[in-house]
Amino acid sequence: MLLKIINLHASIKGKEILKGINLEVNQGEVHAIMGPNGTGKSTLASVIVGRDVFDVTEGEILYNAKNLLTLSVEERAREGIFMGFQYPVEIPGVSITNFMRTAVNEIRKYRGLDPMSAGEFLKMMEEKKKLVEITSNLTNRSVNEGFSGGEKKRNEIFQMAMLEPTLAILDETDSGLDIDALRVVANGVNKLRTPENGFVVITHYQRLLDYIIPDFVHVLFEGRIVKSGGKDLALELEEKGYDWIKQQL
Amino acid sequence: MGSDNNNILDAYTSGEYKYGFHSDIETEYAPVGLNEDTVRYISARKEEPVFMLEYRLKAYRHWLTMKMPTWPHLEIPPIDFQNIIYYAAPKKKKELGSLDEVDPELLATFNKLGISLEEQKKLSGVAVDAVIDSVSVKTTFSETLSKYGIIFCSFSEAVKNHPDLVKKYMGSIVPYTDNFFSALNSAVFSDGSFCYIPKGVRCPIELSTYFRINAANTGQFERTLIVADEGAYVSYMEGCTAPQRDENQLHAAVVEIVTMKDAEVKYSTVQNWYPGDKNGKGGIYNFVTKRGICKGSNSKISWTQVETGSAITWKYPSCILLGDNSVGEFYSVAVTNNYQQADTGTKMLHLGRNTKSTIISKGISAGRSNNSYRGLVRITKNAVNSRNYSQCDSLLLGDKCGAHTFPYIQTENKSSIVEHEATTSKISEDQLFYCQQRGIDTESAVGLIVNGYAKEVLKQLPMEFAVEAQKLLSISLEGSVG
Repeated sequence: MLLKIINLHASIKGKEILKGINLEVNQGEVHAIMGPNGTGKSTLASVIVGRDVFDVTEGEILYNAKNLLTLSVEERAREGIFMGFQYPVEIPGVSITNFMRTAVNEIRKYRGLDPMSAGEFLKMMEEKKKLVEITSNLTNRSVNEGFSGGEKKRNEIFQMAMLEPTLAILDETDSGLDIDALRVVANGVNKLRTPENGFVVITHYQRLLDYIIPDFVHVLFEGRIVKSGGKDLALELEEKGYDWIKQQL
Repeated sequence: MGSDNNNILDAYTSGEYKYGFHSDIETEYAPVGLNEDTVRYISARKEEPVFMLEYRLKAYRHWLTMKMPTWPHLEIPPIDFQNIIYYAAPKKKKELGSLDEVDPELLATFNKLGISLEEQKKLSGVAVDAVIDSVSVKTTFSETLSKYGIIFCSFSEAVKNHPDLVKKYMGSIVPYTDNFFSALNSAVFSDGSFCYIPKGVRCPIELSTYFRINAANTGQFERTLIVADEGAYVSYMEGCTAPQRDENQLHAAVVEIVTMKDAEVKYSTVQNWYPGDKNGKGGIYNFVTKRGICKGSNSKISWTQVETGSAITWKYPSCILLGDNSVGEFYSVAVTNNYQQADTGTKMLHLGRNTKSTIISKGISAGRSNNSYRGLVRITKNAVNSRNYSQCDSLLLGDKCGAHTFPYIQTENKSSIVEHEATTSKISEDQLFYCQQRGIDTESAVGLIVNGYAKEVLKQLPMEFAVEAQKLLSISLEGSVG
């Protein structure tokens, strides 16, 4: 059992967004979270990774049986949780290489490993770049600076490949992507799937799930998971729309 | 969403000044206050020739007619010039021949600061002219340098041993009439460095100076003069640290540089003076006049500074581009945190033809500080085909600090090109969160981001300084410096 969320309530500035989420992700599983806008999908992702603008008012999050809520953002990251941001920020002047090297070595330090030598690191960079079809130009630039939407998303997957997380949360990774970019990103994700890691894929549209085939689909509506099913649930949603869900409640 | 939760940044920019200690060395003080007798006292203690005393007195009398300027974007509490001690010297027991004879307390001080003269002499080959509280203690490597005909000694020694050079150049670039503080400095300057590089000589080692203000209420009035003769080259580094004090300490230095035809001087500064405590109490006042003249054609003067300390920084290292094709450069990273203030920049005066100047200024503000860039690019009528490129960037950390830019551009001919770019940015909570989510803690993240921001300037520093400067940037923002 990788991730277990029990009766999670979270609010921001006194307004409750998550109203009792229950979710279990096991090793090797891909869970898709769908739902209309403003329903709490990104909030859920933010709370899992530890963004402190949200207050957890009730409930638990266990990660590998550890109480995640007591860990800081960087500790959660070092434990192996990765978030693919919906809107990745730019960090001018900081090269992707330098950024990744710092991150990789921090995580290694946390796990009691020595930092990677420059040679080893560059070799790893080359391998992972191929995975996401990134050319050198991109990695010599500053983090996300001047990147198109598609380039930013590919950079997120590249970072995921470099950091090798055990739980990856992809927050609307497909937003702003055209079909080709979507395929590249999805391919990257699929190549990173192992029997040991888990994925939570947050998306609006069915389309991404044609490429990243989920084991479970959950519908998040007004702060609760109101329906869960297999991959066919996504197809049903696509066909019938979210109103169908509202009617069922 | 995240704007009302600046906890990450608030918690980060606070801490202790890392270099807060002061050594118990016997010092001799001039009587407090400033009058003609003080000036005579200083000159007598230094056993100066008459010409020097006369210069000082002229400067002092002129200073009496001047008023402190009020135009900078700084809040300066009134300074009682009569409540300052203008001279302090460690008691010399005997003439210092070698390091073995140096006061062991002084050596211990150097060690505490991480500057071991011993080590430097043996390993890095950097000549050090160590100044403690107004008196040069030891000039290392003068024997090695004299082989090349290079003179590198304390200013006081130069006054005695090379009076002609001093008479010729001192005050020619920064006359005592120039401004209130240059007049004061010219009257009461204590010591500093003197460097002369003869024709065609490329100085083989980085020259360097370490300063330290030790005694309470003592103003440091350094005077430095660097002369590069035709075709000469020298790279000079100035680095300072100062102990924790309660009283403000005035630091009004003057640095003059002259380059002849085809010569080049690279002047680098890493400044880490005590900036005052978290509440803005205490701290050094750093009011400095630095100016170089590219006298000969094809000559070049390059100023690189990393300013992280001082309660108030007020300085404009400048270049007078007299010689045709001469080049002036100014690279600066100025950090202000807590209640620090800075009004700093440069003046590039284009007089000769085809002259070029480059200005890259990176301001970083944090806490409740105020950081201003003030620059003048003046291209005179005869400076045809001249070029200037200026880039002034400000980085704001948090929402209680200020960044200001006062660029002045005056062009008097139509064939020259002046380019000016400016940006203002901040380290957002989003950027920090992004780094944290990749396993990088706040401290490292700020260091990463700030060093990336200042990269263009830091890479101008000589290697010896570059590493120290990177660490210093991170430390000064993480709050070890007040």
